[in-house]
Amino acid sequence: MTIDDPRRLVRVHAEHVSGVASTDCPGTYPGEDHSWNLDVFKQNLQVKVYRLSDRSCEFDLVGVDASIANALRRILISEVLVPTVAIENVYVWNNTSVVVDEVLSHRLGLVPLNVDPALLEFKDGGDSTDRNTIVFKLNVACSRNPDAAKGETDPDKLYINSNVYSSNLVWDPQGEQADIFNGNSPAPTNSNILLAKLRPGQEIDMELHAIKGLGKEHAKWSPVATASYRLHPYIKIVSPIPPALIPKFKSCFSPGVIQVRKKSFEKEEAYVADSRKESMSREVFRHEEFEGKVELGRVRDWFIFNIESEGPYAPERLLIEAIGVMREKIATLRKSTNALSIEMDTIVNLDADVEMGGT
Amino acid sequence: METTQPATASLLPKISILKNASPDLSAATYVIRNETHTLGNALRWMVMKNPEVEFCGYSVPHPSEENIHIRIQMYDGKSSLTALLKALDDLDDVFRVIHEKYKEDMSKKEYERFHEES
Repeated sequence: MTIDDPRRLVRVHAEHVSGVASTDCPGTYPGEDHSWNLDVFKQNLQVKVYRLSDRSCEFDLVGVDASIANALRRILISEVLVPTVAIENVYVWNNTSVVVDEVLSHRLGLVPLNVDPALLEFKDGGDSTDRNTIVFKLNVACSRNPDAAKGETDPDKLYINSNVYSSNLVWDPQGEQADIFNGNSPAPTNSNILLAKLRPGQEIDMELHAIKGLGKEHAKWSPVATASYRLHPYIKIVSPIPPALIPKFKSCFSPGVIQVRKKSFEKEEAYVADSRKESMSREVFRHEEFEGKVELGRVRDWFIFNIESEGPYAPERLLIEAIGVMREKIATLRKSTNALSIEMDTIVNLDADVEMGGT
Repeated sequence: METTQPATASLLPKISILKNASPDLSAATYVIRNETHTLGNALRWMVMKNPEVEFCGYSVPHPSEENIHIRIQMYDGKSSLTALLKALDDLDDVFRVIHEKYKEDMSKKEYERFHEES
């Protein structure tokens, strides 16, 4: 199936989209077979990893229905069953900042930590021990900077500790933790998260207890920061763009999408160099001179996924975890459906016996 | 925080048939408990891929109850339960194949490796 196949495109117009629903089901087109075929699916499916960093992963999933791609996206956001460690209990000894205790505690809970969950046990309502809890201290007081120039207005220069950052969290090793975490002390993955602002005389003094948990209880324990997909953009220049208008045409798209080429003794020609980069602003449709010259759309079964990981799991591992969760769901339901099927068979057989007895 | 499920949730079966199903199960509505759109929509799509299925649709009857209803109607008085079982097997194949292809492409290491600050 080529990319120009009209059935594969969601059309994008100036003020609406059309052809949104997929039509690849049996019965939609007379004489065509759209029933499930694993070999055909295998042939059409393409998975390609484009970019990978320590924090994010961009890959293409081509040849699946939106319901499948969306299932993976939904699992990544809220159902991945791998644990992480996050702050759960906050003991406030003193907080005279303008951020109230519960708001500050909530912010602290959302700070990603670099702790390997394998090194901790689940607390599960039990007592806090060095096996299941990591303790941080947050003790910051703001004061005037005696060295500040007269007439200074910048709070950073005027005061000391006017900003409380995630880097102010100090790990307090308990029991054997100093040995267990030797060389890899627990700390926030990002040291520049602004937690609160202070003014002279205000102070924060807290003890923070981080425990292991799962994303289904609270999103702070989700190993996935974000997971999203977009459909691959489709741009087709239907009739040539007059050379005088090419710069304007080019500026209607995201940088790098439209390029110009010139064959010898011919006029300059605008062509689509990289439609992947297009942001779909639909700016071309606002100009009369380009009317009917270009078609915009998106490829219905070409999903560009972007998964970000925050915490100890590599981003490329998250899709595998998500697939595992989905297959587990299917297996559980398959088992129960099978049991139901056996149960229904017995009922049907019993009914048949009764009927036979009656005649 | 309470993490355990309510006691009633574990007593009810994962899947059951809503009353008013036809006796031969050629048309039936199934209730699947503790599942959401995640499984509902994907399963609906796979059931619809079966040419013996006349109609398939799913709904989440109430947003704060984790139940889905999936309605299946079959041609020629065939069993909707058989279609459901087939769809589950096929759906598992989909994710198995995606997993295989993902691993395969990952091992080629053709991707661009870049650095990103946390």
